[in-house]
Amino acid sequence: MVIDCKHVWNYISEYLDGTLSDETRDTVQKHLDHCEICSAILDSTRNVIILTADDRVFELPVGFSERLHARIDLEIMAP
Amino acid sequence: MIAAILGGEIQLYHELIRPYERSVYVMALSYMKNEADAEDVAQEAFVRAFRKLPSFRAESKFSTWLMSIAINEARTRLRRQALVRMEPLDQLPDEDKSISPALLRDWREIPSEALEREEVRDLIQRAVDQLPDIYREVFLLRDVEELTTSETAETLNISIPSVKVRLHRARVMLQKQLAPQLKTVNRTSKRRWVPWS
Repeated sequence: MVIDCKHVWNYISEYLDGTLSDETRDTVQKHLDHCEICSAILDSTRNVIILTADDRVFELPVGFSERLHARIDLEIMAP
Repeated sequence: MIAAILGGEIQLYHELIRPYERSVYVMALSYMKNEADAEDVAQEAFVRAFRKLPSFRAESKFSTWLMSIAINEARTRLRRQALVRMEPLDQLPDEDKSISPALLRDWREIPSEALEREEVRDLIQRAVDQLPDIYREVFLLRDVEELTTSETAETLNISIPSVKVRLHRARVMLQKQLAPQLKTVNRTSKRRWVPWS
């Protein structure tokens, strides 16, 4: 089966998660092998996910942990 | 450890929650949009989780259970503040309306070292911030906090197909928004390193 680019885009997420059926995965793979646009979309999506998931993107404010545990001590641990 | 805490060793609660501080804060921040409110919501969620600990059931993961408490705390706070119009929680996204990604002819991988630059971190934070709530919460749980699809469904009290659809849309929206910007930033960055001659 041959699919067009728009169909491939619908499968990007599941392709990245490895949850496509073998048959669909093969079909998508065949398309990716010859379509540089869809390959670039897939690579950039994977890259964006990796960058966004990096710990440096969403950092805890300085002193967050100390203030949290102090509050827990105050509210929970206090007799 | 939870049994020990419930048995009276409450100091252990500090250790129990330490691995989840960042996750709870990030989730709170995604709703509250400012650090001070997010920190307050996160603290409240941890205190509330301690008080609810006797009702924790071992069939759930502690992290999933804790995130549900944090999300509920944030939503309650927002409703109270009436800062935003809440979207119906069970609203299914329009699955027929497809989202197109940014079309690129080639993609040169942007290494994670790029995140040392504040402008790159800001770009990404803004893009995540701009996602509609129902997509952002799924994206953060699945791709940032690395919960499984079923854990995400359980945390948000939505179906597994909804998690998959929302995750797909969130990822494509982020690619559409970020890929062209990151490509430009990357190119600018490379030019900066060309020595004057």
